[in-house]
Parts: sequence; structure tokens; C-alpha cells
Amino acid sequence: MEAVRFDNVKFSYEEDGAEFAVNGVSLSVEEGQFVAILGRNGSGKSTLAKLVNALLTPTEGKVTVFGMDTLDPKMTFEIRKSAGMVFQNPDNQTVASVVEDDVAFGPENIGVPREEIGKRIEFALDAVGMQAFRHATPSRLSGGQKQRIAIAGVLAILPKIMILDESTAMLDPRGRREVMEVVKKLNKERGMTVLLITHFMDEALQADRAIVMHRGEAVMDGAPEEIFARSDELESYNLTLPRAAAVCKQLQAAGMPVGNAFDAEELAEEICRSLQKG
Amino acid sequence: MQIVAKGLTYTYNPKSPFASNALKGVDLTIGEGEFFGIIGHTGSGKSTFVQHLNALIRLTGGSLRVGEYDLADKKCNFIELRSKVGMVFQYPEYQLFAETVEKDVAFGLKNFRKDMDEEARAAAVREAIETVGLRYAEMEGRSPFELSGGQKRRVAIAGVIVTKPVILILDEPAAGLDPLGKQELMELLHRIHGGWCKTVVIVSHDMDEIAENCTRAAVFSEGKVAMEGTPAEIFSRSGELFALGLDVPMTARCALRLKERGIDIQTDYTCRDFTDKVLALWKAKGGGDAQ
Repeated sequence: MEAVRFDNVKFSYEEDGAEFAVNGVSLSVEEGQFVAILGRNGSGKSTLAKLVNALLTPTEGKVTVFGMDTLDPKMTFEIRKSAGMVFQNPDNQTVASVVEDDVAFGPENIGVPREEIGKRIEFALDAVGMQAFRHATPSRLSGGQKQRIAIAGVLAILPKIMILDESTAMLDPRGRREVMEVVKKLNKERGMTVLLITHFMDEALQADRAIVMHRGEAVMDGAPEEIFARSDELESYNLTLPRAAAVCKQLQAAGMPVGNAFDAEELAEEICRSLQKG
Repeated sequence: MQIVAKGLTYTYNPKSPFASNALKGVDLTIGEGEFFGIIGHTGSGKSTFVQHLNALIRLTGGSLRVGEYDLADKKCNFIELRSKVGMVFQYPEYQLFAETVEKDVAFGLKNFRKDMDEEARAAAVREAIETVGLRYAEMEGRSPFELSGGQKRRVAIAGVIVTKPVILILDEPAAGLDPLGKQELMELLHRIHGGWCKTVVIVSHDMDEIAENCTRAAVFSEGKVAMEGTPAEIFSRSGELFALGLDVPMTARCALRLKERGIDIQTDYTCRDFTDKVLALWKAKGGGDAQ
């Protein structure tokens, strides 16, 4: 089933619409896909994400989420229940002083009955591995833990799409790993559709598909390995290769017969093969 | 100015149920001229340590000297110290506040150098804005809030370097920037480091960044310095780093895998050196001769 569809979507933050933050994007995301969205600051990534759950609506064109038009105000509620969003800063997404109250905030607001809320907290905290912190105070948790609570808060709405807008940017490596593991698990085990906006190229490698945004347009779209293999094009959009891929490219440029590699393990594999051949 | 810390201890919320020992005896010397990296988990004490360096946190245990300043001395001139030891916090763009870029950058200078005349101050502000790679004429009258993320961070840094600190300390300076923005920021720091700024200290979670940029580094763990040395020395001890729950650079991970297969590569873990060493090995085995 088609989860998200953009038909020639344009969006401008200005009234006169002289400059488009998103400028003619058409794309389709199938349910269960894990899509990474890459691009420089100001390339339109976050605007794209906000258009998905009707925080913004298109100036031109049409966005549909499971067939629901985001321009239809009667659908706004249903769309936001289908597509939950986790933001960048772990410190300004908490609303309550106890973890379980924070997770309950979403379902309470959409009128979920009390007993059901209890079950959803249980489910959401289990899914992010934070059951032990149910009665803790969010402000005393680590960044990674806070982001997992923010994800749990979104999960409690039972969305089908999870949008993460640079949600790992402010975390330390351990926090980043924790959040990525939770996201991958939700995608693999529950078929959650994931839209992951990130500057970390190694996170993009974990997705099924990557879309590169440049000046409001979706300029590259394909499997991450395929995108990183087109390095010259990627660099023309001011993006860099994952480090291992950059080293690999240097080795190839010097004439060493190594195949494409995108992470440290693959690079070691390629170097090893090449040296043993020699 | 050399930084010498001996037996530094610090406790947050002392004598309360929330008391926590952030520093438990830190011994660390950072020499003049270094580009020093500080690594460690959230809660390892690294931020508490760097905030001691310009007396944002007052010394409560142990000793600390920064150049000629003895921070244990109550008569120490802290204002002068702070103009010589610049501190750029995490996400410094959140601290921008003035109506224009010019006013924001001038703020620190106005407070540190009350005797400075208008003209000299304007010149210093212009120089700081240009140093961080922004055009003064384009920027001075604009609101800092209408700039892009990368530009905001540069303005915030300009507001610190405007006093030309001899030591510049930056907490996660490249966090949240896109890859090219990160690269540009590190180039900016190296440019500053070559001039009036003698010592740069960066706190970073990014091991690749440490390997590529630092002359030496220290690993903080549980309020102490667990490891200290050049990036080459530190990252060759990957087992210990993993035990501390920390990562190693991509090159070190790759070298580790190669070693498991009997290929030993001695490198300083920068991408360039790693590439050169791999190519040298390949050539030594006759690679490239066949053609």
C-alpha cells in the first residue's frame, strides 16, 4: 500500500511565494519502507517532513497520506494519527514530569479510554526498551533515553509512519546507537514506515532507500549504496561520502583494484581481497 | 599559556541527596600550541572540566593553573582570564540575542574592554566577523535570527574570538552541522589556531574528527582521565575504548579487521595516512606493476 504520495508539491514560507522551500517534488513511499532523506542545511528536508503530517500544507500540488489529502482540514486529525514526528532536541519534546505521563499525553489528547492508555504505555515503553524508567523523571535521563521516550510518545498514538527530523543530531554515539536500534526494530518487526532525516551518512546506509534534497528538489532517489556510488553527483550537491567510501574512492583513484565499499567492514574486506590477489 | 590541572575534584549539589561527584581527581596538562581533543561519554566529567578552565566553575578541590593565572588564588583576575580563555558552548547559536550581528559580536568586547574606543571596537568586530568567513558588509546590520544554522554558529563563534583569546575551548563545535558545514568549521578552527590563538581545545564525540584534527587527546571516564596521548596512541588501544563504551574512528575499525586477517597497518588513523599506508602495502606486494 502507498503510505505517502507527493504530486508536484511546492511550498513557500513567504506570502508572495517567490521562493520555494520545496519546489516541485513528486514521490511515492510504500508502507513498510525505511527512507533516509539527505541534503545540506536549508535544502528543504524538514519542510518535506512537515508536509507529510500536515504541519504544513502545500502551496501547490498535493500530498496524500494513505490516500488522505493533507489539504482537507477534516482529515488533519486522522493524518497526524497516522504519521508521528520526532524532532531534534531531546529537551523540548517532553511535556510531563513523569515518563508514563509524558507517553500518555498523545493518546489522552485524542480521547483514548483510560484502560487502553495503560496498555499503550506498556506497549510503547516496551518497544523502545524503557519499561524500567516508567516512573522516572525525563529531565534526569540521558539524551538517548529522552529521545526514546519521545519515540514512545509517538508510538502511543499507534502511527503507521514515523518521521524523525534529525532526531539523533544532538546525541552522543551511544544515544545515537540506541535510537537507531529502536527505529530499525520498529521498521523490521512491526513494518513501520520510517522517514529519517539525517546528516549522518552511516545512518542513511541502514535505510532501504535514500532521497537527496537540493534547493527544494528531490535530485537523487535510490538504494543508499547506489546513491553513494554516484559520488561526483553527490558532491555536486555539497554532500560528502561516508568516510569508508571516500577512502575506497582514493584507493581506486590510485589504481588499486578494490570494489566499492561503504563501511569499515566492507573496506577491510575489499583491501584484504585486493592484497591477497597481488 | 599552558594548562596544568592536578587532582581536580568537583561535586555538584554538595551535601544534598542529589550530590554527584563529577570530577574525581583530574591530572591533565595541555601545552601551548596544541589542538587538543577531549573525549568521553555524557556524564564523564568533560564539560565540568572545561568549564573550570575559565573559572565558570570555581575551583573547589585540587589545583589549576592556566598560564600565569592560579585559579585557586581568590585574588586571581578572573575577568582578564576569561578574555584570554574563550569558551564556545554546545549549540552556541541558541545564545545569540542582539538585534544585529554587529551588536551581538560586540557584546563580549564591550564588557571585557570598557576602555576601548568606538573605532577600535568596530574594527575588532569587523575582523572577527571576517575571520569566521562571513562578509562584514553583508552581515553587520542583519538580525542573527534570520541567518542559516551554519552562519548563526559562525556569528556565535565570532562573538567569542572578538577578544582574541589565547586559548579557545569549544564544546562539540561541529554537532548538528551538515558534513560540509563540519568540514568548513574545522578548517576555520585550524585557521584561527595558526594565529593569535595558541591553543584550541575541542570536546567531541566524533572520533574521526579527533583523529583528523587533534595533536593530542584525553579520554574522560567517571570523572578521571582514563587515557591520554596522540590520536595514534589512543586509537591503537581500541579494546580499552570499547570497554569504556566509546567508539574508534572508521580507519581504526578497518585496521582492526585487517589485523584479524593478518594484515598489520601502522597508521595515525587519519584517512590520508591510512590510504597511503594501504597503497604502500599494495605496492610492496607488486601491485600496480602488472600494468
